Amino acid sequence: MTTRLQEELTNVPPVKLSVQGVSKSFRVKGACVQALRNVTIRVDEGEYVCLVGKSGCGKSTLLNLIAALDRPDAGEILVDGSPVTQPGRDRMVMFQETALFPWLDVLGNVLFGLKLKPNLTKKDRLEVASFYLDMVGLKSFTHANIHELSGGMKQRVALARALAPNPRVLLMDEPFGALDALTREKLYVDIQNIWLKRRKTILFVTHNVREAVCLGDRVILMAPEPGRVIEEFDIDLERPRDINSVALAEHATRITRVLKERPREQEVDE
Amino acid sequence: MNRVLRSAVFFLLIALLWQGIAMSERLSSYLLPSPLSVVRYLYGAVVDLSLFAAAWVTLKRLVLGYAIGLLFGLPLGLLTAEFRLCRDTIGLLALGLQTLPSICWVPLALLWFGQTESAMLFVVIMGSLWSVLIATQTGVQTMPPIYVRAARTMGSKGLHTWLKVILPASLPFLVSGMKQGWAFAWRSLMAAEIYVTILTGFGLGQLLHYGRELHAMDQVIGVMLVIVLIGLLADRLFFSPWERFLYRRWGATG
Ligand SMILES: Nc1ncnc2c1ncn2[C@@H]1O[C@H](COP(=O)(O)OP(=O)(O)O)[C@@H](O)[C@H]1O
Ligand SMILES: [Mg+2]
Repeated sequence: MTTRLQEELTNVPPVKLSVQGVSKSFRVKGACVQALRNVTIRVDEGEYVCLVGKSGCGKSTLLNLIAALDRPDAGEILVDGSPVTQPGRDRMVMFQETALFPWLDVLGNVLFGLKLKPNLTKKDRLEVASFYLDMVGLKSFTHANIHELSGGMKQRVALARALAPNPRVLLMDEPFGALDALTREKLYVDIQNIWLKRRKTILFVTHNVREAVCLGDRVILMAPEPGRVIEEFDIDLERPRDINSVALAEHATRITRVLKERPREQEVDE
Repeated sequence: MNRVLRSAVFFLLIALLWQGIAMSERLSSYLLPSPLSVVRYLYGAVVDLSLFAAAWVTLKRLVLGYAIGLLFGLPLGLLTAEFRLCRDTIGLLALGLQTLPSICWVPLALLWFGQTESAMLFVVIMGSLWSVLIATQTGVQTMPPIYVRAARTMGSKGLHTWLKVILPASLPFLVSGMKQGWAFAWRSLMAAEIYVTILTGFGLGQLLHYGRELHAMDQVIGVMLVIVLIGLLADRLFFSPWERFLYRRWGATG
């Protein structure tokens, strides 16, 4: 563990998000399912961290806790050193399923969060919304209805909606899970560009190791029953990264090997 | 244009056939008046304003009763969707009463309110209230919970969530429930007006009833046409715009 030493020697960025010893269980038909047990994670300011693990290891649960949509049974979640108590615009979520509002058009969806943000005039809000729609490449679909968009476009709108209130932390729960490979690869490029431009702190959930290596500064492996952190990897590849590059594949293989050594976690995609 | 023409030809043919049967004098004009005599009646009733007066009385009852039905049905539906206690009490009551054809309320309404406007209103309210309530409840309960969670992360809570997320998300159910409520209210009001003489106002149903009493079949059929027309207009003016909006926004499911 050299990170301790590095912290002592260099001017490290401040901790943005800190999950300390968090546990959470659910009662399902009388039985108790421990979704998370004693999970500790820290994410630095401007860092892109990927959570990887097979389905059911508590990734969504953890994101919901950080978003304060749910409360932990034990432990603490700190943003900028203060505990989170309720949902806030400083932590925006991009959900696994499409959570866009079908009764609003594309612009209406992006404006939804902005309208709840105080101190913005109507003109400001429209400008901000079209700035982000432009960023995700959907300027010409401003007034399209949600059902008219492809899966990839929907997730782009969801990204614009999450970015629009200018959160410092972006929580993304398998946002590309339902997309085809080509659409996904295009989004990997775009999300990296956006991240380089806006420097958000991102916690990104996926069950795809390559995806995690492509996007993350750091990859955290989780295991189920009970949900817990088992290992962490630093990914020190140049950006922007190409999902098909050899160096990236080597990292992915290294991580997959660690997973394979654990008999329970074999079902994770390579 | 082609479609309009087709419909026009179809209805013209029906009118011609009808006129033909009426002129063949197989049926006495008391049983089947000719279309021309119906038109003559309608013209006379429009000129002496009796048709407008009756339509006004009927529509006033309908719109007022329906508005009250919505005013109570919507919030009660939200309550039954949100609270188990309300669902097990008011919700169950609504479920039961919704199955009751609303004309069945007429005897009770007459006993309670006498031959008054209140009796008519009561019947219309009972016709619309329960289906609006149940549609609201169903809409809110079947709404994907992810919408509310997403809204909360963007800072929405309390009343804002209800007005800007839960209500619009259940709109497809609300519109179909409101349409059903309207249809029930309209049918029950017509039945009640034909069935009961109300001293305070003379509606379309009563016009129909007296047409029969006076053996004036041209009046009966004329008023029936007006009733059809009002139903069509209400659909076009109130519900079609909503349904078009739903179809455009939600796609095929709306
Ligand atoms: N709201 C809930 N009620 C009951 N059980 C839940 C709930 N949310 C999650 N769980 C359970 O917690 C575990 C972790 O779920 P989840 O966080 O969704 O995993 P992941 O996102 O990694 O697939 C699973 O066993 C799941 O069944
Ligand atoms: Mg999940």
